Amino acid sequence: MKEYRTITEISGPLVFAEVDEPISYNEIVEIETPSGDTRRGQVLETADDIVSIQVFEGTEGIDRQSSVRFLGETMKMPVTEDLLGRVLDGSGNPIDGGPDIVPEERRNIVGAAINPTAREFPREFIQTGVSAIDGMNTLVRGQKLPLFSGSGLPHNELALQIARQATVPEEESEAAEASDRPSGDGGEPRGGEEGSEFAVVFAAMGITAEEANEFMDDFERTGALERSVVFMNLADDPAVERTVTPRLALTTAEYLAFDHDYHVLVILTDMTNYCEALREIGAAREEVPGRRGYPGYMYTDLAQIYERAGRIKGEDGSITQIPILTMPGDDDTHPIPDLTGYITEGQIYVNRDLNSQGIKPPIQVLPSLSRLQDEGIGEGLTREDHADVQAQLYASYAEGDDLRALENIVGREALDERQNRLLDFADRFEEEFVDQGFDTTRTIDETLDTAWDLLSMLPEDDLYRIDEDYIETYYGESEQVEATADD
Amino acid sequence: MSQATQTDDVREDGTISRISGPVVTATGLDARMNDVVYVGDEGLMGEVIEIEGERTTIQVYEETSGVSPGEPVENTGEPLTVDLGPGMLDSIYDGVQRPLTVLEDQMGAFLDRGVDAPGIDLERTWDFEPSVEVGDEVGPGAVLGEVEETITIDHKVMVPPDALDEGETAEVTGVESGSFTVEETVVELDTGAEISMRQEWPVREPRPTVDKRTPRIPLVSGQRILDGLFPLAKGGTAAIPGPFGSGKTVTQQSLAKFADADIVIYVGCGERGNEMTEVIEDFPELPDPKTGNPLMARTCLIANTSNMPVAARESCVYTGITIAEFYRDMGYDVALMADSTSRWAEAMREISSRLEEMPGEEGYPAYLAARLSQFYERAGYFENVNGTEGSISVIGAVSPPGGDFSEPVTQNTLRIVKTFWALDSDLAERRHFPAINWNDSYSLYREQLDPWFEDNVADDWATLRQWGVDTLDEETELQEIVELVGKDALPEDQRLTLEVARYIREAFLQQNAFHDVDRYCPPEKTYAILGAIKTFNDEAFDALDAGVPVEEITDIDAAPRLNRIGTEEDWEPMVEQVEENITQQLRELY
Repeated sequence: MKEYRTITEISGPLVFAEVDEPISYNEIVEIETPSGDTRRGQVLETADDIVSIQVFEGTEGIDRQSSVRFLGETMKMPVTEDLLGRVLDGSGNPIDGGPDIVPEERRNIVGAAINPTAREFPREFIQTGVSAIDGMNTLVRGQKLPLFSGSGLPHNELALQIARQATVPEEESEAAEASDRPSGDGGEPRGGEEGSEFAVVFAAMGITAEEANEFMDDFERTGALERSVVFMNLADDPAVERTVTPRLALTTAEYLAFDHDYHVLVILTDMTNYCEALREIGAAREEVPGRRGYPGYMYTDLAQIYERAGRIKGEDGSITQIPILTMPGDDDTHPIPDLTGYITEGQIYVNRDLNSQGIKPPIQVLPSLSRLQDEGIGEGLTREDHADVQAQLYASYAEGDDLRALENIVGREALDERQNRLLDFADRFEEEFVDQGFDTTRTIDETLDTAWDLLSMLPEDDLYRIDEDYIETYYGESEQVEATADD
Repeated sequence: MSQATQTDDVREDGTISRISGPVVTATGLDARMNDVVYVGDEGLMGEVIEIEGERTTIQVYEETSGVSPGEPVENTGEPLTVDLGPGMLDSIYDGVQRPLTVLEDQMGAFLDRGVDAPGIDLERTWDFEPSVEVGDEVGPGAVLGEVEETITIDHKVMVPPDALDEGETAEVTGVESGSFTVEETVVELDTGAEISMRQEWPVREPRPTVDKRTPRIPLVSGQRILDGLFPLAKGGTAAIPGPFGSGKTVTQQSLAKFADADIVIYVGCGERGNEMTEVIEDFPELPDPKTGNPLMARTCLIANTSNMPVAARESCVYTGITIAEFYRDMGYDVALMADSTSRWAEAMREISSRLEEMPGEEGYPAYLAARLSQFYERAGYFENVNGTEGSISVIGAVSPPGGDFSEPVTQNTLRIVKTFWALDSDLAERRHFPAINWNDSYSLYREQLDPWFEDNVADDWATLRQWGVDTLDEETELQEIVELVGKDALPEDQRLTLEVARYIREAFLQQNAFHDVDRYCPPEKTYAILGAIKTFNDEAFDALDAGVPVEEITDIDAAPRLNRIGTEEDWEPMVEQVEENITQQLRELY
């Protein structure tokens, strides 16, 4: 391995060095400063005689006399099942004082794309215990469903609640799949819960130490840490390092899911900080910027992270992703949420108004969406009436929510009976269905029964999205039960 | 990818001098623009996109990590081509026509690089049935025989359009019949040409035709709002722009499933992996509404998901349309769905920025508009060189950033396409699907397609549609007033109009893509549902004129049943019964 002392330019996170042998694209570099520090970096561009290097740990203290070593390989993540229970920094080095990691294998962190023909379509319902998600925007195994939030909103509490409560109601879903898809596509037994355990891979990018503590405390309190791998790049850690943290995390997740059959839930927070780091590098390279200064390749770059969720035919494990991002100015047309929304399979909005009303979790269901739920809900999977109930809740809540604007202008008295009923419905929907607290978990049956409680305040004729048979079975049923209980 | 075979004129190979992501610069390479090259020791496929003196710039269709300067670049001397022949239907390709199922067999679940496979199976044999005899005169594009490609489609074996000059004919000197691979000669001509079932064609060059005609037959989609209000012609172009979550992909997939085209080419360009998987899983199980055979028997899928290499994303729409043109040449009606053209435009932008070209609007290259129009112009209703007629309809999804339709890709697309289906996030939020906004959307094919609908569905098709459109327009105006003063301040007739419009929205415009019956609505049913609402309208206004209060009219229990016609399989008696009940109940009121 050759050492160079040929640095020609240092600019922001970038270092340019002259070389006299071919250096590979994306090769890993070590730079030793005169004071003896070693910094790691990666080749961003390589030509016959010069390379540009992005330095993960910041360029402070590097001078033109610093030595540059090219390691002859691209970035790898040492993976082993023993990573479970460990806390690593944003570059994958242990920071929990535990023993050294003895890797089983070292994997390239630029994950290869999953061949679409090898994927298995996600259709296993995950019960998060959160009504606004289970009932309205159902999550399935192998999905990528981000939380679109804003600064100062309780997205972390929600993510923790999901990580804590997520289960897959087993027997039910398997029986349903057997009856639903007799063709036995792929021939593999689904679920395979016997051999598959649940694991969490948590990647923090640029979050504050306080936020990090929140997560760590919760992980420790609930004993979740044992089945978690934590990557911590905090707000005061080098920004450029954030560009590799999610890739290290996902490489670990892929290893756990597809080599050791874990059902892995990956939480990435905060993707906004990741994108800022991307922009910083782009600016330093003097690239032609796209919207709001973010690089033109941000879509591709984000896709290479988000698309590493999914299921593979013949594998028992799965990767489900919940990326969290804070929308600058709560604006979902900002490039970060916008590009994310185009890649992920839906999104959950955490809403400021609901939060200030004290709704917990403050999920605004109207713009939220889960694209993969249609095959994950229904008879045997969740409940026969789920899809219809959901459609009706959406329609009635949207109408009620619309009427609020009108109510502000003309007052409640000027509205007719039906409109008043819808306004009440919208209020009760937020207070009873969405607001359940961060510590309550509801089964899907409880969620749907709550929904029927609300729907039963509307006349049957207004439930035009619901099949008549279901109306007969469920309409007013719980009210009656309550009524008799009151007697 | 076709085996871009080495040609006789040997071209110099070069060496890599610079690598920046998917863009590689080589020196010493003697290449033409758009030649396909193999880059590095692993032989990654790439295409020449710029030549500047000694330096040749190449976009590489695969990930370039670990490639170093000094590695060789091998030139094939041929442009990016596709293999055309039987076996393309029921296949799934990446953006450069590598069959994904073959790649999965070769390298497992994850896409590795440097692996190549022919676009059509070279080993498989097909039963060739000639339709010409020795001594027949044939011209370019002439059909020489058929093979059964799938249960639905007979694949026509043709004289390649470039084998003979325009107007030139040749005599058939030899004809084989029986079982052959795609490379074996099945027909010989007196020009010495040996014709096999396989053709190659450069993707960036349109296949020749004789004439482009005005399209007058609708591409019946089975979607009420499309067939009823904003129809697309066979050979027409349409754009579906919409913010994320508004249902572009669901609409595209519904079209791919139910449009009455002979052949469907579905190009998943830079979109989600799971969505493509859904298509791959669903299509073989769904019946083609035209023939009842599995849908895949008429479908070719091209999947270049968002995390697959960006340069291959740039080429996937061209691969798709070239395959479409081949089937058009056989005389078929082809529908091509491109989801999403914005990702294609972004791929152009990404490559352009790595070339350090001067950017146009929002960083897109200045040639964006030209590329888009070249692509959409390959659609149309054509007279083919062999005298048959065929069409290519192109439906392009557009994903405008932030749902803002003023951005360059949407705007440049709208300048070209004649049908515009505007998706609306407000509608999507209240789960009104398909979330196509009836005020913003338009179809310039309406008038030229009306005669077809009048001949084949109902005499008053256009009149009834106009009534529906007028009612919806009136509703939009009235809604503005309602938002200010409330519904009760309106006169009774206007309140009734709102009620009628509500039924148009709920019973007619909304359609459940996931309901077994509702997902496909034949034009007759589309007409009948709107007709039933019109019956309610007419009877209700008669009742109102007779002095019945509007509350009583809207309260009749027969009217809400309009909303249930869509999901009813045996819809004819139901429509009749609903109309009868409505009439009876309303007349009882006075």
